[in-house]
Amino acid sequence: MNPQTLELVHGPGAERAMEPAPPPALSVAGLTVSYGEKPAIFSVDAAFEAGAMTAIVGPNGAGKSTLLKAALGLVPRVSGDVTAFGRPVDAARDRIAFVPQRASVDWDFPATVFDVVAMGLYRRTGLVGRLTGALKASVRDALDRVGMAEFASRQIGQLSGGQQQRVFLARALAQNADLYLLDEPFAGVDAATERAIIDVLAALKAEGRSIVAVHHDLGTVASYFDHVLLINVRKIAEGPVTTAFTPDALQAAYGGRLTAETLGALGQAG
Amino acid sequence: MSAFLDALFLGAGYNAALVAIGAALLGFAGGAAGTFLYLRKRALVSDAVAHATLPGIGLAFIVMVGSGGDGRSLLGLLLGSAVSAWLGLLAVQWLTRRTRLNEDAAIGAVLSVFFGAGVVVLTIIQTMASGRQAGLEGFLLGTTAGMLFSDAVLIAVGGAVTVLVTWVLRRPMTLVAFDPDYAAARGYNISAIDLAMMGLVMAVTVIGLKIVGLILIVALLIIPPVTARFWTERADRVLWIAGAIGGVSGYVGATLSASAPDLPTGPIIVLVAAVLFVFSLLFAPARGIAGAMLRRRGFARRVHRRQGLLALARSEPIHDAYTLRVLVAEGLIRADGVATDVGRAAAARIARDERRWDVARRLHRDTAQAGRYDGLTPIEEVFTPDEIAAFDAEIGGPVPAGGA
Repeated sequence: MNPQTLELVHGPGAERAMEPAPPPALSVAGLTVSYGEKPAIFSVDAAFEAGAMTAIVGPNGAGKSTLLKAALGLVPRVSGDVTAFGRPVDAARDRIAFVPQRASVDWDFPATVFDVVAMGLYRRTGLVGRLTGALKASVRDALDRVGMAEFASRQIGQLSGGQQQRVFLARALAQNADLYLLDEPFAGVDAATERAIIDVLAALKAEGRSIVAVHHDLGTVASYFDHVLLINVRKIAEGPVTTAFTPDALQAAYGGRLTAETLGALGQAG
Repeated sequence: MSAFLDALFLGAGYNAALVAIGAALLGFAGGAAGTFLYLRKRALVSDAVAHATLPGIGLAFIVMVGSGGDGRSLLGLLLGSAVSAWLGLLAVQWLTRRTRLNEDAAIGAVLSVFFGAGVVVLTIIQTMASGRQAGLEGFLLGTTAGMLFSDAVLIAVGGAVTVLVTWVLRRPMTLVAFDPDYAAARGYNISAIDLAMMGLVMAVTVIGLKIVGLILIVALLIIPPVTARFWTERADRVLWIAGAIGGVSGYVGATLSASAPDLPTGPIIVLVAAVLFVFSLLFAPARGIAGAMLRRRGFARRVHRRQGLLALARSEPIHDAYTLRVLVAEGLIRADGVATDVGRAAAARIARDERRWDVARRLHRDTAQAGRYDGLTPIEEVFTPDEIAAFDAEIGGPVPAGGA
């Protein structure tokens, strides 16, 4: 592990305040992605602060997932620069854990819960290295953190939607990364799983790690996250939830799609 | 039959033994390499690759004859087939990526165009003076007559290298097949891994040309992994089981065809693999048809048993004929419908279980445990004794007789 990592994990807040501000965990500049000739996101600048928990919020088709995927290089970008912890994203991949949408894979794949979480360690085992006892223990530890330890030998197709989402989160945890990028982690999961996931994310933040999640439920943005990026193809607002998650910004992002009531309720909550 | 047994134990002569060992190694390599093709859901691409070998075989023959060689050197012919198979593969990928054709359409186009070109080249060779005895059409369905020791060595070495490379690349190939987005996020080069996978498929195709032929080689890549999938839920085991199924199919098929005159080797190998497939489809415990039918019947039986006992506990009449049969068969009621002592005790137990579940769902609202109520799982399997005691306290009144 490089020294920067250790500092982020263990450095107490007081000590960090005296140092120059750390580079953002993830930063995109002028990011543009298009499917065909219609831009999915257009010239978005955004910086996701290290040690923060940021929600990417916007209406359907606003390019929330596309932003994450383009930052990771999963979809080709027309233009834009991406850095993670101040370095090109390719040089920082070992510090980034990605949790894709649950619906993006075929769950009938021949793998057990244990197998999927062990995929998080493939970079460490290499091609032919054995999955040693210590690595197996870290798989079990990751499963324990999401409350899935008893399901280790279950075939993944036999799990409920919420359990599948927990397995994906456990695979990311096994990586022991510094930045967690989650694509719709709460989509179609039960209330207990939502609670379990948010607890894990809060614990990661408490360890000084950074979290960025695409999020759909405007009602829980303020209680789950401390930072927010509002987009609708273009960036609408970004910053701490208290200052950026305003009724005006929401109105700008969603247009007429939010009722005055919703906006009022959110304004009070925020 | 004795001819088959002779062949099975390599006693049917030198050539038959060479073919049997070669076919077993080829089958193993096909099953192993085909596993990732199947998991990546790109099985049919291998058919295009196989058909694209034909023009390469013909052109290699022409080049070798033109440069004064024999023209029938297996190594030379296989190298030619590999080049044109690779071009066919690139054509499929280019059409899929750069045009609006889907992969199935691209496969159909490439397969037929390359195969057609190959047939034309073979026809031209027939008219050449040195081409009449070439026997190149044997590569269509495979031919094992006159297999040389050097041919067997070529197949053995090629098969072993293919299996080794498949094993070395199993982790990235598994990851790319299951979750390509995650693999890319971790920095794996998806198109390089896909290309390596197709390279392995091409290697099996090329070394299989001699024994199985280009038309049927796709069966050795697809049937073994699909068959293996019936027996396991883990990708690394699919790999080895598929290899074993392919190896057994190759060996048994080759010996079967050697035990009688004029039995074609390649098609017999494929039919042996198909027999293993049908057997697995029917009888594999977890995913087979018979197992699923038994489980469905068992489930229906448990539902009827539970409903019947609940009706007994409430002294309601039972009308469903299947419910009555289940209860009679287990000695819970007599033939005239009156509950036996055992039946009354079981009914009391089930009724208590239902009452406890009612309380459990009320007390443990929204927890994972309460969600496990399916009307069939005894509550003792879900909650601990002290939790159940709490439910009983909530129910109150005397505990029904009968015991747990």
